[in-house]
Amino acid sequence: MSSFWQKSAAGYLLKSTVRLVLVIAAVSVISFVLVSESPIDPIKAYVGEVGLANMNEETYAKFQAYFGTDIPPVKRYLNWAHDFIRGDMGQSLLYRQPVTGVIKEKFANSMALMALAWVFSGIVAFVLGVLAGVFKNSALDKIIKNYALVLASAPTFWLALIALMVFSVWLRIFPIGFSVPLGVAAADVTVWDSLYHLALPALTLSLTGIASITLHTREKVIDVMGEDYILYARARGQRLWPMVTGHVIRNVTLPAITLQFASISEIFGGSVLVEQVFSFPGLGQAAVRAGIGGDAPLLLGIAIISAALVFGGNLLANLLYGLIDPKIRRQGRAS
Amino acid sequence: MTDRNPDILTVEDLTIRFSRYEKGLRKTDLTVINGLSVSVANSELVAVVGSSGSGKSLLAHTLLGILPSNCGASGAIRFLGEPLDNRRIADLRGKRIVLVPQSVTYLDPLKKVGPQVLNDRTDPPSIRAQEKLFEYYGLSPKTAGLYPFELSGGMARRVLLSAAMMETPRLIIADEPTPGLHLSAAKKAMLNFRNFANEGNGVLLITHDLELALETADKIAVFYAGTTVEVAPVGDFRSAATLRHPYTKALWRALPQNGFQPFPGTQPYAGDPIKGCPFAKRCPTVSDACHLDIPQRELRGGLVRCHQAV
Repeated sequence: MSSFWQKSAAGYLLKSTVRLVLVIAAVSVISFVLVSESPIDPIKAYVGEVGLANMNEETYAKFQAYFGTDIPPVKRYLNWAHDFIRGDMGQSLLYRQPVTGVIKEKFANSMALMALAWVFSGIVAFVLGVLAGVFKNSALDKIIKNYALVLASAPTFWLALIALMVFSVWLRIFPIGFSVPLGVAAADVTVWDSLYHLALPALTLSLTGIASITLHTREKVIDVMGEDYILYARARGQRLWPMVTGHVIRNVTLPAITLQFASISEIFGGSVLVEQVFSFPGLGQAAVRAGIGGDAPLLLGIAIISAALVFGGNLLANLLYGLIDPKIRRQGRAS
Repeated sequence: MTDRNPDILTVEDLTIRFSRYEKGLRKTDLTVINGLSVSVANSELVAVVGSSGSGKSLLAHTLLGILPSNCGASGAIRFLGEPLDNRRIADLRGKRIVLVPQSVTYLDPLKKVGPQVLNDRTDPPSIRAQEKLFEYYGLSPKTAGLYPFELSGGMARRVLLSAAMMETPRLIIADEPTPGLHLSAAKKAMLNFRNFANEGNGVLLITHDLELALETADKIAVFYAGTTVEVAPVGDFRSAATLRHPYTKALWRALPQNGFQPFPGTQPYAGDPIKGCPFAKRCPTVSDACHLDIPQRELRGGLVRCHQAV
């Protein structure tokens, strides 16, 4: 980090861009290998066992041409890469639309879900972590710690199922699935409808993020509470809350930012499962469909978008560090 | 000592224990300070001198009520004649009893120095006071806008001194305030403590630097393995003969100007159970009686914890 500001912001951005290109290349190759080496036959997945058995040679050849299974994988990948570089992500085989269009639509749904979960988990986890750390070993700390440990060890999809069962089936507070009410014209769907459908998946998704960020924040707060400057603040008669807001939170902010942006990838991973359980038509669900349906262009497109998003999150965290940490900021000014 | 003019600080028979869990979850107590007594009278600068590990900083932390929670202190502490309990400490610390800590790590690394010295006050008189203090200590006005990592060791100490002087204390507890300072800055800091004491206040200077203590202090309390072995007026340090305890004499002879004689052995580890005099193992004149309990007694205007001292 420090070399970035010592050299120049432009140099750092250039380096990051090169890194991003390498990440995208690697992610696309790995996803492609996985989808083309997968034991799932895309044609069988598409038409079904019976459909495949009843298919004549001619139709099968057409399907082979459509799914590209008649072309050697390396050539197929190169074809895809050639188009991708020119900005064409190809056609989704399952949705029969350009990949860009599918991703755009799913992305909008998922973004709302993930952003809500991300912000919510960030705020709640930070507050819980600070409380637990400041009152280390108190009853409050034990409750928060155990709550976080239980959540951290519970699988996301299981939590999603429980939430669905309790809130949608038994209590009937939230809808059972989808991003909009059924039987309502798209034009008539209100923002409240969308938020109502978003609430339970977003809450469930934020739970996993809360656990790890709470525990990490707690550790950091305990470290800070043991620092000499906290001892000195106490020796100067500072009361607990001014000390917490003035020193503890200030010094926990930097690691909290790192944690928060690092959690983007976790939220992304979690969204795949949560969307599946809640039948939420987002990127995660599309990724699952693309994966088991052999839709290589869509899967690659989604993988690349996710990689870019996570990468962007980390980049943003680094840039924020530069803005917030006086050590980095001041070195930049000095050079 | 009368009630109208009580000592600034008296500490009598202070004992500090850490409780910790050993293997098998057995709780054991670790005595780190044992039967410590020291007092600071009006206009007095008292130096507490001891090597590292002798428990000097713990004394400072006790007086400010900032001992760790697994640490228990017993004994009688009085500030201006009144017992100093936890509630009173909480009211007085930072105002009437201030700490000058050891190093830059006592400053918040992410906060500018100025607001830290001001303790978040923003009123113009306080800001003027802070600017005056910076000028007095030779810190440029720009220093207030710096972060702790941008300070040199000497600057950091002067910032910490300024922070202490921002208040109107009756007692300053200075925990190793001078290492890393230029000689002139160290002398200035000492002069400042001296002047502060002369105005009818008290200074408790905690240091391992006997020479520095000899230059400015009125009284020197010598610490060894968690207890005061001797309290002597500074004048007694002119020769070994006027000193009382064998450890103090050994320290005196170890000074460069007094022969530079090292003495063998090491201080017992804090917490090792000690019966009798902690210095017995290294004492040239040790006798059987040294392993019995040795009370502190007055001797020639000072205090000593040695049954042989005359």
